[in-house]
Amino acid sequence: MPLPAPSASVRVVTFKIDGQDLSAREDESILEVCREHKIPIPSLCWMEGLSVIGACRLCVVEVAGVPRLLAACTTRVAEGMEVSTDTEKLRRYRRTLVEMLFAERNHVCSVCVSNGHCELQWLAQTCGVDHVRMPYRNAGYALDSSHEMFRVDHNRCVLCTRCVRVCDEIEGAHTWDVMGRGSDCKVITDLAQPWGDSTTCTSCGKCVQVCPTGALTKQGTSAGEMVKDQHFLPILARRRHIR
Amino acid sequence: MSRTISIEPVTRIEGHARITLQLADTGEVEDARFHLTQFRGFEKFCEGRPYREMPALTARTCGICPVSHLLASNKACDDLLAVKIPPTAEKLRRIMNLAQMVQSHALSFFHLSSPDLLLGWDSDPAKRNIFGVMEADPDLARKGIRLRQIGQTAIEILGGKKIHPTWVVPGGVSEALSAEKRDAILKMIPEGLEIAKETFALYKSMVPKFKDEISHFGTKPTMFFSLVTPKGNLEHYDGLIRIKDAQGRIVEDMVPPSDYQRIVGEAVEDFTYMKFPYYKPMGYPKGIYRVGPLARLNNADTCGTPFADVALAEFRTLQDDGGPVTSAFHYHYARLVEIIYSLEMMQRLLKDPDILDPRVRARARGNRDEGIGVSEAPRGTLMHHYKIDDDGLITWVDLVIATGHNNLAMNQGIREVADAYVDGNHLREGMLNRVEAVIRCYDPCLSCASHAFGQMPMVIELRDASGYIVDRLSRD
Repeated sequence: MPLPAPSASVRVVTFKIDGQDLSAREDESILEVCREHKIPIPSLCWMEGLSVIGACRLCVVEVAGVPRLLAACTTRVAEGMEVSTDTEKLRRYRRTLVEMLFAERNHVCSVCVSNGHCELQWLAQTCGVDHVRMPYRNAGYALDSSHEMFRVDHNRCVLCTRCVRVCDEIEGAHTWDVMGRGSDCKVITDLAQPWGDSTTCTSCGKCVQVCPTGALTKQGTSAGEMVKDQHFLPILARRRHIR
Repeated sequence: MSRTISIEPVTRIEGHARITLQLADTGEVEDARFHLTQFRGFEKFCEGRPYREMPALTARTCGICPVSHLLASNKACDDLLAVKIPPTAEKLRRIMNLAQMVQSHALSFFHLSSPDLLLGWDSDPAKRNIFGVMEADPDLARKGIRLRQIGQTAIEILGGKKIHPTWVVPGGVSEALSAEKRDAILKMIPEGLEIAKETFALYKSMVPKFKDEISHFGTKPTMFFSLVTPKGNLEHYDGLIRIKDAQGRIVEDMVPPSDYQRIVGEAVEDFTYMKFPYYKPMGYPKGIYRVGPLARLNNADTCGTPFADVALAEFRTLQDDGGPVTSAFHYHYARLVEIIYSLEMMQRLLKDPDILDPRVRARARGNRDEGIGVSEAPRGTLMHHYKIDDDGLITWVDLVIATGHNNLAMNQGIREVADAYVDGNHLREGMLNRVEAVIRCYDPCLSCASHAFGQMPMVIELRDASGYIVDRLSRD
């Protein structure tokens, strides 16, 4: 579920991010504070309005006194904390992570419906991925085009599970889930049935809109035509929470 | 004795070619073979993909003529959707195809062939390229590059990119033309036409110099295959299939492209990855025909635009007997006529009052399980044929590529040159240049034809009756 709502008694803490003195409520995450102050940190699985899982590790930061890297989305700010968001080490880690995402499945941008509107592409540009240094796996993944309105192409899935979370937490249908481990891991509809046969899917399309790549797309779109609209999510999440 | 002669630099042929000449016991040439040695497998790896991905996927076959694949593929997809696209969308697609003709023909004539024509086949290979032309005739080279730029820029204005635009989509085009864009293209056309006409006049004056080449390059009789309008005029985007024989008699006429399998067979040989399309009723290999600019002009009754029709009338005089122009050398001439036509037709279409109509896309889902799209690429008739399942995923693909249609004719052309230039047990100097030149007449796109991948070296092997290599020429 989304991060719990701030209580009235929550404290305000002061800390430093990249040498900048900042203050925020103690229940805010480093990533939220960075977004508020326009400090750029790449992220993929995190999305405003959805629960936080810290899976993609692209938002890792260095915190003084902590020997390991911490995910900014799952780490709350604390009094006196000193955070570095853009070091040589972090840039190296982030670039490698994005390269591994490209190497794992078949992201052929040039023919993808999301070409030019893809978060993975933007991440690659942000993280300086001019080429992939590890061998591509070139494993073939299935494509399910059985749904009347939408399509899932597992070749382009990065397993961020935004679709799983939005379907469960916002739509309440829980059509999507995850099965398998390692390279066999994939998102599924219902009990790994064709999407078109799903009895729980409401065809609301939220999963398609939150998907960062061309994995979930609308039928009838050609190369570069799938532009996603994610503005609805924070609004829906807030209203759902108020209720 | 085996002998290797290495010749630098790399030749001006698109793709990876090897040629073998088989000698009989008597030392005469028995067979000439043109091999394409790569395989890319587009027809296989497209299987399982959504049909809407096909235009972008198949356009990657080639970086020179992606627009041609884009159009043929989208036409096949239109057929799958079972829609008639809005008239303005069709006109816009036509304009892009014509711009592609301009840029590709300019590339073929100025960048690839003009070094031979201006500097001579036996001139220094290190200078026999576009840079050599720049030195010898900087004004002509500049104009050639500018003409190509005009075609490329028109494609970019329409589709957002010079290479691999995605603006053409199943059902039409993704965005209507704005007045600013129309005016930007229209502004370039007079300059392009001026260059095209000047070049045509220059080339016309040079033709008598090439008497020998004209009489030796691909002169054996073949049929001619192309699209024509329902009235029998020059056509590049849509239309119906016409086949004429070497004497100019109509063999097939007004054949709907959806019926292409009735008249076109595809033979496969084990020595090359390029298929051998042939005219089915005559069988293989007797059903030899040629496609491309030469075939289109031979088949068309008229061009339908003023300057191109004048140029077409002059083109017809190239053949003394008044029949179709048969020498493959005249592909160059035909290309120049087509550049003039393309620019004139672009101008006419852009001035059409409906060209800014915002209705440019028909929307539908897969309504048929089989779709065929045929259009004219710069190098000839291009066919895309797809089958899909109930979910719209591709189950079968056949691509009949323009250069492939000319495969039999190119093999025959090499044989002609070999007969003239191979003497007994060795390859005479000038052989390689002439072989290249005869192939270059067809402006083959070997990447498209084999859907292949690779550099451009050429190897010619001379084998005796027992298959032993007696001589070899290569370019790395």
